[in-house]
Amino acid sequence: MNITLKIWRQKNKLDKGKFVTYKLDGVSSEMTFLEMLDYLNEKLIKEDADPIAFDSDCREGICGMCGLYINGRPNGPEKGVTTCQLSMSVFKDGDKITVEPWRSKAFPVIKDLVVDRNSFDKLIQVGGYISANTGAAPEANSIPVKKENAERAFDSGTCIGCGTCVAACKNASAMLFVSAKISQLALLPQGQVEARKRVIDMINEMDNLGFGNCSNTGACEAECPKEIKLTNIARLNREYLKAF
Amino acid sequence: MDKFLGSSVTKKLVMAIVGLFLILFLLVHLGINFLLLIDDPAPFNGAAHFMATNVVVKVFEIVLLAGFLIHMIYGIILQIQNWLARPLRYKKTAFSQTSFFSKYMIYLGIIIGIFLFIHFMNFYFVKLGWVEGDHENFYGMANDLFQLPLYIVIYLVSFLFLAFHLHHAFQSAFQTFGLNDRYTPVIKKIGLIYSILVPLGFSIIPIVIYFFK
Repeated sequence: MNITLKIWRQKNKLDKGKFVTYKLDGVSSEMTFLEMLDYLNEKLIKEDADPIAFDSDCREGICGMCGLYINGRPNGPEKGVTTCQLSMSVFKDGDKITVEPWRSKAFPVIKDLVVDRNSFDKLIQVGGYISANTGAAPEANSIPVKKENAERAFDSGTCIGCGTCVAACKNASAMLFVSAKISQLALLPQGQVEARKRVIDMINEMDNLGFGNCSNTGACEAECPKEIKLTNIARLNREYLKAF
Repeated sequence: MDKFLGSSVTKKLVMAIVGLFLILFLLVHLGINFLLLIDDPAPFNGAAHFMATNVVVKVFEIVLLAGFLIHMIYGIILQIQNWLARPLRYKKTAFSQTSFFSKYMIYLGIIIGIFLFIHFMNFYFVKLGWVEGDHENFYGMANDLFQLPLYIVIYLVSFLFLAFHLHHAFQSAFQTFGLNDRYTPVIKKIGLIYSILVPLGFSIIPIVIYFFK
């Protein structure tokens, strides 16, 4: 199929950036979205033009590296998928596709579609950990964990830190990410030691990094490729109230 | 404690607490407004007099005014921070399944704030003696205002926007308090019913007075 791409090009952090339109022939519906971009880049390289910079690593929806704002939605029109899992079969011949990087003060653009998501690492550094002794692994059944809590913690733990929640939120808030990280530890006995410090430090860091505030709009939940629920944000609020 | 004071979650908690207080006050106000439908001015004027003179009510009045101010100031601060969090907007945005009115809370709030100012000019500032008027006969003043088609239109539109504001506000407050579990569908339904019935109750009064009194 033939498609028209309108892609954000930006040389570096300081460059103002602009949209550039590319017409691309011979796109297969069996390609993934990133394979389509690879295909475009091969053509650009052959033409001696600067290829489009975009992030990717595992290309199987696990690492959270990719992530593009495609036709007005993070990760495109499919539900519950990362950008790398998006298939070109959702598009038709003649479609116009607008591709933008995540837009957030806390995620500055490095080049083209690549954003700096170090702010998520900083959030993890201030509280996304537990204290555990090194050495041999302890006996698994010595600390009982309720089955439903184990399952909820696992569900929260499926967050891959891709930044879709920030990209989707009208306020560029990181609450769904932070709440998933807080929840996965708050639900388990091992997370209790630092629970109070964790929620206070992570929220203060989140505010300092320039993320917006949560409006309980729910766009994050609707767009999250791992379908992390808003109940995590409610749990974060409870944990915060407990910390007072 | 200072770690908590300025944080985004604390601001949201304050917005929610004050918001729910204002939501409760709406019910009290609506109850008194229904007295306007009675032909005898005495019950409404009596209620207005009680609200203006009772010591307990006077304490609540200060809490209520402070509540309005805090809700407005925090609402504006949160919104400015939200705008600053995305300096460059997306070129293209598509629809996603969300709480629709949450995206327009600041604009709905501004319209409600403007109506509140008009309302204060007509009644509350009269009671305080800042604006001329017969503060012992609010019944007559309200009935006179509800003979003006333009005022009625402003009134009805304001309450329509209040309904939109409440639709998101009610359920959002519970989420902010950390309550999102098996009761959430019930909370959302109560919020929907409240956001329809209370503004509707307020809206019926000028229509009845204009057409039937």
